[in-house]
Amino acid sequence: MTRITSLKELTNLRDELRTRSLARSEKTNPGSIIQVKVAMATCGIASGARPVMDYLKEELEKRNIPALVTQTGCMCYCYAEPTVEVTIPGKEPVTFGFVNTKKADEIIEKYIRKGELVEGIIPADYETIDSK
Amino acid sequence: MAKKQLRIALRNCGVIDPEKIEDYIGRDGYMALGKVLTELSPEATIEIIKKSGLRGRGGGGFPTGLKWEITRKVESTQKYVVCNADEGDPGAFMDRSVLEGDPHSVLEAMAINGYCTGADKGLIYIRAEYPLAVERLKIAMKQALEWGFLGDNILGTGFKFNIEIRYGAGAFVCGEETALIHSMEGLRGEPTVKPPFPSEEGYLGKPTNVNNVETYANVPVIILKGWEWFSKIGTGKSKGTKVFALAGKIRNVGLIEVPMGTTLREVIYEIGGGLQEGAVFKAVQTGGPSGGCLMTKHLDIPIDYDNLIAAGSMMGSGGMIVMDDSNCMVSIAKFYLDFTVEESCGKCSPCRIGNKRLSELLEKITKGDGTLEDLDKLRNLSTVIKDTSLCGLGQTSPNPVLSTIENFYDEYYEHVTAKKCRSGVCKSLMMYIIDAEKCIGCTLCARNCPVNAITGERKQAHTIDPEKCIKCGACMEKCKFGAIFIN
Repeated sequence: MTRITSLKELTNLRDELRTRSLARSEKTNPGSIIQVKVAMATCGIASGARPVMDYLKEELEKRNIPALVTQTGCMCYCYAEPTVEVTIPGKEPVTFGFVNTKKADEIIEKYIRKGELVEGIIPADYETIDSK
Repeated sequence: MAKKQLRIALRNCGVIDPEKIEDYIGRDGYMALGKVLTELSPEATIEIIKKSGLRGRGGGGFPTGLKWEITRKVESTQKYVVCNADEGDPGAFMDRSVLEGDPHSVLEAMAINGYCTGADKGLIYIRAEYPLAVERLKIAMKQALEWGFLGDNILGTGFKFNIEIRYGAGAFVCGEETALIHSMEGLRGEPTVKPPFPSEEGYLGKPTNVNNVETYANVPVIILKGWEWFSKIGTGKSKGTKVFALAGKIRNVGLIEVPMGTTLREVIYEIGGGLQEGAVFKAVQTGGPSGGCLMTKHLDIPIDYDNLIAAGSMMGSGGMIVMDDSNCMVSIAKFYLDFTVEESCGKCSPCRIGNKRLSELLEKITKGDGTLEDLDKLRNLSTVIKDTSLCGLGQTSPNPVLSTIENFYDEYYEHVTAKKCRSGVCKSLMMYIIDAEKCIGCTLCARNCPVNAITGERKQAHTIDPEKCIKCGACMEKCKFGAIFIN
């Protein structure tokens, strides 16, 4: 833990953290790994996101796929919970809906391993504060 | 197709890990606080919020900058910043999502508010029914304290700000700011007459700035991107975006955030993907129990505070429920009213007694005993309740009744004159009838009727005794010849 004592320090830290997260998704970066985010708000957990997240963590490790599985908040697609976002380095993030462990297996085998698209993709239908 | 949504309040939801402060900082977290503390005076900051045109997202729509300015100008040795996270509308979960997905944004904005108004203490009033939101808030608060974004000498500027959590026990009226403050003080959650406004005399009698979760979530972005950027989004008097919880007979149930001025049609048919299969649009309810039901002719109005009020509804905190032919508008009005009756604190008589009487009148109509005179009574009583109630709850509680009478008068008319409910919801008004032409006398319906209301000889047309019939619909479901219908 670092205590931040000035705006300058904060700015430096922000830049460092940003570069680090950009580097993760860079195609050319040899150390870059796949990022998997599981929507874990109350709604997601209630629809079964927790076992899906555990499954993804365990299986990716078991199958020797270096990946970073993290939790995140609500992705706003209530109708399609549990939702999972997968970012393969160098590619746009893809969000999958209605993910159970069976679907998670399909995502690992087809999308993560082979780059093939699987059913249940939710298109990003919003602008962000950076794009606007 | 152009993207209709713009995520400002929800910018980090579903993007960052809400339990990692590093994720938030990597997305400009606490930069707005840093900028304000080092580069801007409280007055200049308030000016930015005022110019941005941000208005309260909890429902009232009061200009946020103005509220901050009023709180700043009141002289006092102690002031408070309060975050209203008592989200009570049925079917609304915008604030919960922000708190669970991006708790730091609220903490940051509260600290900014503290700097602007001169408060060093913040309180988050949150429903105890949101355990995960509470847990993530606590984690965020602990981290912010450790990293030096809360506590003493924040970012080396000498500014001090601390935040505590207060739990609500789930009373709808506690979303009203004066009731909320009383609840935090340990008193009964009842509203009091304004003025004095909380900005003048609030928590423990001290000036208190109360804003909603979503309002706070907008603040850091406005500081960092500038008021010019923010005020370009939206309509004349409603700037920025609004988060809605889209629910009901819609295909894509979910949270959406759209710029003010987006039409209901765009929200329902483009973002929401239209109605569920087989459903035909009838109405859209906005503003929860304080709002109203809008119909097809309203679909093209641009959503903002003023347009919704003009149409007889309101923005509210952002619930949006889409209804179809299977929803009876009288019953919908009754549903919301029963909620208000349940949640009325009972302090003032128009709300306590008036809403109860409204509910009884609606009950009478749905039972088939209503008269045309009752419709007038509904209207008059609603107006009296609106005009004379003490707080926002009572002043808006008749809205569902008024808007449904206004927009769906023919349905009310049918209920009281023809004693008919076209949606088949009001069971007392329904009658199951057997078509003698189609009935072949197979006796299947009679054998399935739980109350033996169906009689008839084998191979002869059967009949249903309306006195005995409990309208369960079992006969209609079983009939293989489509001989049973509802009148």
